[in-house]
Amino acid sequence: MHMADALVSPAVAGTMYAASAAAAAYSVKKVQIDDLDRKIPMMGVMGAFVFAAQMINFSIPGTGSSGHLCGGMLLSAVLGPYAGFLTMIAILAIQCLMFADGGLLALGCNIWNMAFYGCFIGGCLIWRGMTGKKMTKKTITAASIVGCMAGLQLGAFSVTVETLLSGITELPFAVFLGMMQPIHLAIGLVEGLITAAVLVFVYEARPEMLCCKAGQTDLAGKTGTAGRMSRKGTVAVLAVLALLIGTVASLFASGNPDGLEWSMEKVAGTAELAAEGGIYRSAEKIQEITAFLPDYAFKSSESAAGTSVSGIAGGVIVLAVCLGVCVVIKKVRRSGTVSAQTAERGNAKKGTR
Amino acid sequence: MKKISEAISDLHKMDMEAGRSGWLQGVHPLPKLLVTVFFILITVSFGKYDLAGLLMMGVYLIVSFVLGDISVRLLVKRMRAVLALVCLVGIANPFFDRKVLFLIGEFAVTGGMVSAVTLMVKGIFAVSASYLLMVTTSIEDLCYALRKLGIPGIFVTVLMLVYRYIIVLLKEIERMTDAYALRAPGQKGLHYKVWGTMVGQLLLRSMDRAQIVYDSMMLRGYHGGFYLRCKKRAGRGDYLYAAVWLTALLVLS
Repeated sequence: MHMADALVSPAVAGTMYAASAAAAAYSVKKVQIDDLDRKIPMMGVMGAFVFAAQMINFSIPGTGSSGHLCGGMLLSAVLGPYAGFLTMIAILAIQCLMFADGGLLALGCNIWNMAFYGCFIGGCLIWRGMTGKKMTKKTITAASIVGCMAGLQLGAFSVTVETLLSGITELPFAVFLGMMQPIHLAIGLVEGLITAAVLVFVYEARPEMLCCKAGQTDLAGKTGTAGRMSRKGTVAVLAVLALLIGTVASLFASGNPDGLEWSMEKVAGTAELAAEGGIYRSAEKIQEITAFLPDYAFKSSESAAGTSVSGIAGGVIVLAVCLGVCVVIKKVRRSGTVSAQTAERGNAKKGTR
Repeated sequence: MKKISEAISDLHKMDMEAGRSGWLQGVHPLPKLLVTVFFILITVSFGKYDLAGLLMMGVYLIVSFVLGDISVRLLVKRMRAVLALVCLVGIANPFFDRKVLFLIGEFAVTGGMVSAVTLMVKGIFAVSASYLLMVTTSIEDLCYALRKLGIPGIFVTVLMLVYRYIIVLLKEIERMTDAYALRAPGQKGLHYKVWGTMVGQLLLRSMDRAQIVYDSMMLRGYHGGFYLRCKKRAGRGDYLYAAVWLTALLVLS
């Protein structure tokens, strides 16, 4: 996912440098509060460890291919997100300068895409949120997988946006995104599993080394606290983020046809094919009644507010559907457990008789 | 694992190149860093059809490679990875942008073809410029230049430490993977059952090593920062080098 210099325009590169520099400045400030003298050698050696460990090929069973370790997540788990972020910057700078893995101008983009999401979303939000209160093998595994997948998905999304904003590729947004996201979902899963295997081993061998089990002090002298954000708080932050993306990002949604519409226009000369027959007319009528925001806008209105509202409404509907499905699954599982327990009790009674 | 030994060998070669005595190696690191960043900035600013203007920027690279007597063998190796990614992104351009720009005989050259080639040339030029900087400047000198530009000391110190320990840990990993490969012949990569134990062991050993490093640094009077020193003070020649190239690049663009 390392971006080369040729893939970014100076404006995008400058913006991403500024964003990464702001995150780095904040991290420097936060790290200096802790025992810095003690932490610096640890950061140096751990950075070298991640660099070296990323050279190992981890064979993925049944596929014949191999994966790599996820550096940001691992460093955040061991050093904390702020020190982890600074160490990741050093790794990316060396990869860029010594191995041409990513460009000098694109370094700001690469820091944002790989270090920021890995350390702050994966390490700060997900790792602390999931393991802060109770650190077990299960929570470590879950946090590693979710953190790596989320970090890589966000990183891949950023790569797509940065490349398109730079005007480098002629690929439509949807096609490019369709190429980037699924492959990184699979990579994220594998990287998450590798990272989980390593962190679970460390947890079993030397649990005090992980940052930061509640009430414990890690090697860098930092005392662990329970996750800063409660489950409700995390959900609230994610909800606000979803709302922001729904309102702000949807305003920039392209008016050009998406990948499928584009292909149809090329093949059939139109993006919408007419269908004849009674069943189609009935379906159209139902759609007219149910679609309260047709074409992502208010009915008989072209205003931008309609696009924003449709973004929020879409998010809320998806959230509600997810919630509904989860509740149904939970109920089904609970009723299954209850019936199994009843059957067990019945068998036990028969046995005693 | 071939990849690890190749990485160690590449790092050694880069160090050796940077340690050579030569005209370009003798230039102060700060002007070299500024000229490199300026060159890359101008290179990527060229329009997607402006291939002719972009090719003119090659003058800086040719002159610098000749003046510095720099080997291009390692550069060609580094190009492979960059070109693969750039080609992947640019390969769609000829299919989507079919506007005919000019004709060569009867062959119509489209905008997509030109923009794809421009993208590749930009990739090659940018990598060559950063390679040029690294083979003529040691990591200590580069860190000194970064400090002069106002990069926080903590970041520069971590950069130096990571660089110094990379070779140590790469060698350790090479020993471990060699031992594993001898016990598991014909296997591609690490088996999933040993992911945790093998890399986890190395992680624990690295952390113990970090503690030893910290203790020994404290015994030598370490108090949170390294004193970076450049072998050479910036002189009139260095300022002239920067001024000449910055002007030349502006004219060429």
